[in-house]
Amino acid sequence: MKTEQEYVRDLSEIRSMMERSSKFMSLSGLSGIMAGIYALIGAYIVYRLFYGNQAGIESTGDGQMLQGNITEIFLLAISVLILAIGTAIFLSWKKSQKSGEKLWHSAARRLTFNMTVPLLTGGILIILLLIKGLTEYIAATTLIFYGLALFNASKFTFQELKSLSLIEIGLGLIAFHFTGYELLLWALGFGLMHILYGIYMHLKYEK
Amino acid sequence: MKTIIEGLHKAFESRVRLGIMSALAVNDSLDFTSLREYLEVTDGNLASHLKALEKERFIGVKKTFIDRKPNTRYSMTKEGKKAFEAHLVALEDLIRSQK
Repeated sequence: MKTEQEYVRDLSEIRSMMERSSKFMSLSGLSGIMAGIYALIGAYIVYRLFYGNQAGIESTGDGQMLQGNITEIFLLAISVLILAIGTAIFLSWKKSQKSGEKLWHSAARRLTFNMTVPLLTGGILIILLLIKGLTEYIAATTLIFYGLALFNASKFTFQELKSLSLIEIGLGLIAFHFTGYELLLWALGFGLMHILYGIYMHLKYEK
Repeated sequence: MKTIIEGLHKAFESRVRLGIMSALAVNDSLDFTSLREYLEVTDGNLASHLKALEKERFIGVKKTFIDRKPNTRYSMTKEGKKAFEAHLVALEDLIRSQK
């Protein structure tokens, strides 16, 4: 027979093993903040370059379309995406080194896999929208499918991701209806929400 | 007190075995390498504990090949799930009764 304290330790180890083997806890709040900053910079560039000759973001509400070259916006969006993902991987790698957790274990793999399906679906849909010339729905589509990807991912990492995912989906649906405000809503969802979420997670888990 | 001791299964006395069962309880299946990384034990040590659990029919083994390399995946059997849950309940009861 073991002593009572040993049983208590057994229980706490069972709990920690379940968490460690099923959840990806290396996601850093800082990467959320950085992703938000990249998104805001990207949105600002798009705003200056393509909405620049209008009085302000409100005036885009009258149904005016983006004026710039869609390829340029596309390249800018891809750069923002690569920067954000790169930073997230780098910071997660650093965090996992500090905590001694393996970065690429089965929970991380499942997290990635569960995000891939909605993200790929969204990506293909965006290409189809581009082909059909429905560019005003692209921003909304990115928000909705990113939100769905996060919703899926939230099962395998911090629970707080679920709230963020619902906000992104909500903003996406609003952006779908009010197409004139797509850039503003996109900046809100990908910029401000990421920064707020990142700060919250950083204060809660990394202090 | 007697029933509580009955619930505590002997196979779970070892912390490594308990760790294996905990990890398999929340994962459909895990391969040898992942288990070794979670538990931080040597190959031989892990293999012998896995074999013991297999013998109790608490875990199932499935051998496949990925890129021609052998890949052994372990998963919890129904029996194993039942025993593990009973063990957890017994642990909780034990701790509660001694408070």
